[in-house]
Amino acid sequence: MTGARTIVGATGEWELVIGLEVHAQAATRSKLFSGAATAFGAEPNVQVSLVDAAMPGMLPVINGAAVDQAIRTGLALGAEVNRFSVFDRKNYFYPDLPQGYQISQYRHPIVGAGELRVDLPDGRTRVVGIERLHLEQDAGKLVHDRSATDSHVDLNRAGIPLMEIVSRPDLRDWEEAGAYLRKLRALLRAIGSCDGNMEQGSLRADANVSVRRPGAPLGTRCELKNLNSVRFLMRAIEVEARRQVGIIEAGEAVRQETRLYDPQRNETRAMRSKEDAHDYRYFPDPDLLPLSLSDARIERLRDSLPELPDEIRERLIGEYGLTPYDASVLVAEPDAAGFFEAAAQGRSGKRVANWIVTNLFGALNEAERPLAESPVSAEALGQLVGLIENGTISDRIARDVFEEMFRTGSSPQAIVEARGLRQIQDADAIDAAIDAALSANPGQLEQYRAGKTKVLGWFVGQVMKATRGQANPALVNARLRQKLDPDGAG
Amino acid sequence: MALSDDDVRRVAELVRIGLDESEVKPLGEELSRIFSWIEALREVDVAGVAPMTSVVEMQLRERDDAVTDGDCRDQVLGNAPAADDGHFVVPRVIE
Repeated sequence: MTGARTIVGATGEWELVIGLEVHAQAATRSKLFSGAATAFGAEPNVQVSLVDAAMPGMLPVINGAAVDQAIRTGLALGAEVNRFSVFDRKNYFYPDLPQGYQISQYRHPIVGAGELRVDLPDGRTRVVGIERLHLEQDAGKLVHDRSATDSHVDLNRAGIPLMEIVSRPDLRDWEEAGAYLRKLRALLRAIGSCDGNMEQGSLRADANVSVRRPGAPLGTRCELKNLNSVRFLMRAIEVEARRQVGIIEAGEAVRQETRLYDPQRNETRAMRSKEDAHDYRYFPDPDLLPLSLSDARIERLRDSLPELPDEIRERLIGEYGLTPYDASVLVAEPDAAGFFEAAAQGRSGKRVANWIVTNLFGALNEAERPLAESPVSAEALGQLVGLIENGTISDRIARDVFEEMFRTGSSPQAIVEARGLRQIQDADAIDAAIDAALSANPGQLEQYRAGKTKVLGWFVGQVMKATRGQANPALVNARLRQKLDPDGAG
Repeated sequence: MALSDDDVRRVAELVRIGLDESEVKPLGEELSRIFSWIEALREVDVAGVAPMTSVVEMQLRERDDAVTDGDCRDQVLGNAPAADDGHFVVPRVIE
């Protein structure tokens, strides 16, 4: 088993230390402190109340459903839900923040320490500490491309409820960070507390990145802001860590600062430095009483949680005999576990999982489509595996059929019939093909007789080629052995 | 506790108040007097006393999650010094 990736610079090896702050939009109809709508894609400034616009005299009233979603998320992270939490004002001036402060939670967040189990592609598992989860308001949106001299402000997002989920600096490379974000997204979607839609901004990540010699004390970190896809998160972390290694190896020091990732240039750059940006002067919001939660409410919400991804994972391993890795991949991808269970009805779970994880995800990835838009349905994939299991087609032919299913959306039966791909099970037909191959290649036959038994595999290949891949490979193998070595034990 | 002139300038900058240099000293003296009142309060022993968050015993009131507000763009933009195509317009800020 390998460990986390490191960066090898000119002077040796560097280890990464990464912590993520994920902003997840709590799934609610209305905003955190006003009755304006939260739906995506509205005309600018239409989903804005006078509270969101911070008109004088407006007072915030908290949305109970946003509180519930934060509690449910905390419970799903195995975290302590705090019976007492406080809303604070985080003060700063920016045109996307009409109040001049963001209502957030600072010293007393609604959810305390928890953890998230992250399974990595190389088979390792990392249990990543969650430091806290708190509720806060989102800011508005600035639009810079409508004018060369001005910025336009749309406050539709202002006041949308966010759950900020802060991890401990437990992640050690960009693969781990990507796997963590995917797993968190799957968890949020599974319990319905956030739709996890990164394109629409419902889920965004900030990454704190530093480098150090393996095992050495922590280095100076930089914060990468607003990463809105798993791919960009991973690329930004890698490129930032390499930048820091370059600086340190040149004998200079990393400056603690906030940086933005530019996907076009694949580089990070410092945000315009605002000297006072980090003096937020938090204080308890006098407009809001502390939030007190009853045990009864927390227990009711605990009962509302569906089967969690880690529970589904254990069940897939236990009920269907999946490998831990396949099961982890299926629960980390949105909707994949349900897709799998639909496809696996009456079939080998292991084989179905393998087809989904390797072939289907590979094809979707290449086509840059989510599972929800897969041209191959769970039912059709199950049917394809059924055709392999009842001997109608071989694994190799199945791959061709799958390709066509993915391209055209046709059913596997239709493709097999239309292209005449049915596997040759007929021993006589296979014998004929074997005889032809043997008599056409006396040289190789001689080699086999002289003890070079590896030639057997070559003959199998010849027969498969002659039958355009349709012969049953196991049968070819058995008949060929029989013919070449009638008295042999094999 | 006495505030330095630099403290005063920094607080003014943080809250976006433009200060004339002649205002710095008098303001510093006023703020320092306020701080000395707070320091007097700090002498009270409050060990074991829970922070009072409200003068009456009240719970935070929660709303039902329903869309009951918004859809009032004209009012929202009504006082804006500049607006364009449904947006507020501000001097360009870009990172």
